[in-house]
Amino acid sequence: MKQEFTITVYTENQIGLLTRIAIIFSRRKINVESLNTSPSEIENIHRFNIVINETEEVVKKLCRQIEKQVEVLKAYYSSNDEIIWQELALYKVPTDQVAEKVQVERLLRQYGARAVVIRTDYTVFEATGHREETDKLIEILGEYGLIEFVRSARVAIIKNSKGFHDKIREFEKQEPGEEVVENEYLDKNESIFSM
Amino acid sequence: MSTATAASAEPKKHTAIPATTTISGSVAVLEAFIAEGVDTIFGYPGGAIMPIYDALYDYTEKLNHILVRHEQGGIHAAQGYARTSGKTGVVFATSGPGATNLVTGLADAMIDSTPLVCVTGQVFAHLLGTDAFQETDVINITTPVTKWNYQVTDANEIPHVLAKAFYIAGSGRPGPVLIDITKNAQLQQFAYEGYKKCDHIRSYRPKPLVRKEYIRQAADLINQAKKPFVLFGQGVILGKAEQEFRAFIEKSGIPAAWTIMGLSALATDHPLNVGMLGMHGNYGPNVLTNECDVLIAIGMRFDDRVTGRLDKYAKQAQVIHLDIDPAEIDKNVKSTVPVWGDCKETLPLLTELVDQKVYPQWLEKFHDYRKQEEEQCIQPEMHPEGEVMTMAEVLDALNELTGGDAVIVTDVGQHQMVACRYAKFTQSKSNITSGGLGTMGFGLPAAIGAKYGAPERQVVAIIGDGGIQMTIQELGTIMQFGAAVKIIILNNQFLGMVRQWQQLFHDKRYSFVNITSPDYIAVAKGYYIEAQKVEVREQLRGALKQMLDHDGAYLLEIMVGKENNVFPMVPQGCSVAEIRLK
Repeated sequence: MKQEFTITVYTENQIGLLTRIAIIFSRRKINVESLNTSPSEIENIHRFNIVINETEEVVKKLCRQIEKQVEVLKAYYSSNDEIIWQELALYKVPTDQVAEKVQVERLLRQYGARAVVIRTDYTVFEATGHREETDKLIEILGEYGLIEFVRSARVAIIKNSKGFHDKIREFEKQEPGEEVVENEYLDKNESIFSM
Repeated sequence: MSTATAASAEPKKHTAIPATTTISGSVAVLEAFIAEGVDTIFGYPGGAIMPIYDALYDYTEKLNHILVRHEQGGIHAAQGYARTSGKTGVVFATSGPGATNLVTGLADAMIDSTPLVCVTGQVFAHLLGTDAFQETDVINITTPVTKWNYQVTDANEIPHVLAKAFYIAGSGRPGPVLIDITKNAQLQQFAYEGYKKCDHIRSYRPKPLVRKEYIRQAADLINQAKKPFVLFGQGVILGKAEQEFRAFIEKSGIPAAWTIMGLSALATDHPLNVGMLGMHGNYGPNVLTNECDVLIAIGMRFDDRVTGRLDKYAKQAQVIHLDIDPAEIDKNVKSTVPVWGDCKETLPLLTELVDQKVYPQWLEKFHDYRKQEEEQCIQPEMHPEGEVMTMAEVLDALNELTGGDAVIVTDVGQHQMVACRYAKFTQSKSNITSGGLGTMGFGLPAAIGAKYGAPERQVVAIIGDGGIQMTIQELGTIMQFGAAVKIIILNNQFLGMVRQWQQLFHDKRYSFVNITSPDYIAVAKGYYIEAQKVEVREQLRGALKQMLDHDGAYLLEIMVGKENNVFPMVPQGCSVAEIRLK
């Protein structure tokens, strides 16, 4: 069954790697719902967050293809209950509408939004949260003349991850220990090994 | 050792340029090649790679450059070279069209795991993205068809980037690497700090640590098996594990069948070699895939041409999959026990744990199917009743004359399947073919490269009348550099494989498969290559012998039946057990 998965990829910082990773999806005609690249907890190591809607089996195979790329250190996949995630959204609305209608302010407080810029002609609000929350706010602000809207990609933290500090030390060694070469996807699925 | 004594003792001995000398980026490229043991480059010059070619002018004593007639010919030649020599093939091409002409070869090398380092020239860095003359975004065009690629814009990067390129191309599951070097970087003088080979990249794990518990599980499965079956692919050859492989099957007594990329890793006449897998493979190996209880796949990737319909493939069997590439495990066929690792390391571990056994009854089943296939397919093809010659009888005669010692290079199509089915091999790295990509036009240039990769061996290219016309210009390369390849054109006056499908599955509606040929003898003679045409059986053996005995390249055109088909065949969408004998 298809469901939302977040893929977390630790990579070297290299021009062209974004293409290499993106074509793993496009080649298989898989739509990327959201893609974010950022620094990670380790200096010079980048972290991709990619959200797709697929079956676990497909996601597992995709992770192996991603990990196969020379500059990729590791790729993990997580279902939504295994991560903490946020998206950031910006909303531009006419200031007169906001000022006139007190109700708007209350709504904004309810959705944890805050004003980033207030000008005489428009005000920009920012909200972070899950897709449904930021979507709700579009609906509501739409009634008050929403001028512009933009939302960032998902950023996600894996709940039970210990981070990459220990892993990277293993990678730097000439002969890596079990930590790095474990086939985590295979281990995850113990049932395949029952004989 | 001083330069002078080195030169007098061994004229080709190269004295590496000492560190802290100022050299150009171009010289650094050639120094890298020499440090990596490159002896042959297949290439074609052009505007954006001229500084490298200028530097090459002073390196012709140490580096043998073969001027091909088209960059596609260059890269296929490098593939042939890599496949017979076991080394990394090297290619030069210029920017723009020179580089785009490499794409087919890159895709071919990518899918068939052939180690290549291709160096392309690129416009000056300040012109990148301006639609400059012969500028193409080569890096992005080649990203999906390279194991790694990189654009160099500063000469200081050249030594370590090339070191990385050779390391990546040749290690783990090999593949093609492309390095695009802007013209300014080729010209740039920089402080050379010497060349250091690369043996570690932190984000790249070519060889996984072998996990003993899986070896043990695999051995247990094998030891309990009643009808085990080994499938082997090119991984055995790439891993240089032919001996380890033989030791494994000989101790375990398990019959083994090959994919066309694995062909020649095990001698054809080995008693446990039961034949070819896949769409045009042998009867027994296909049928019994769906009867075995333990399937041991070694260095192969379950291509759809091997598995046929996947949901009816070996469903009854427990699958042990040995592969160096973790992405192959469970990709197409779910494994019961994955043995992730280099088979050069995993096979001996497995051999140690498996019981010494024989499976006479199980092996007999293969022989029974073989008998049926012999009667219904092989014998009628090898010894046809009519006057019309068949491809199989050509191979039969060739086997007799070469004793199976030749390198056989094929193109793509019916002749390829016939050659793979019938050619005999006594040693590894002897079957050079375009497996995964099915690249028509591969044969002739690959044969040229194969000869440079194994100069002491007889190299016979078997090519159809379609494929030869795709890269026939490489006869010019043979003319100029004298690669003594023996070229057999099996001419059936059709694009035979497509015709066969149109006959079987499209109601004989022969749509554009009727291809005409030039006078190949005249063409060959135009290139000063000896040639002969054979139209009757009586001349066949004599002509083949003349070709093989000839000192130098030779082209032999053999007229074969127009509408002969390759059987057995697993029709597309059918299970391997539904293989048809006619």
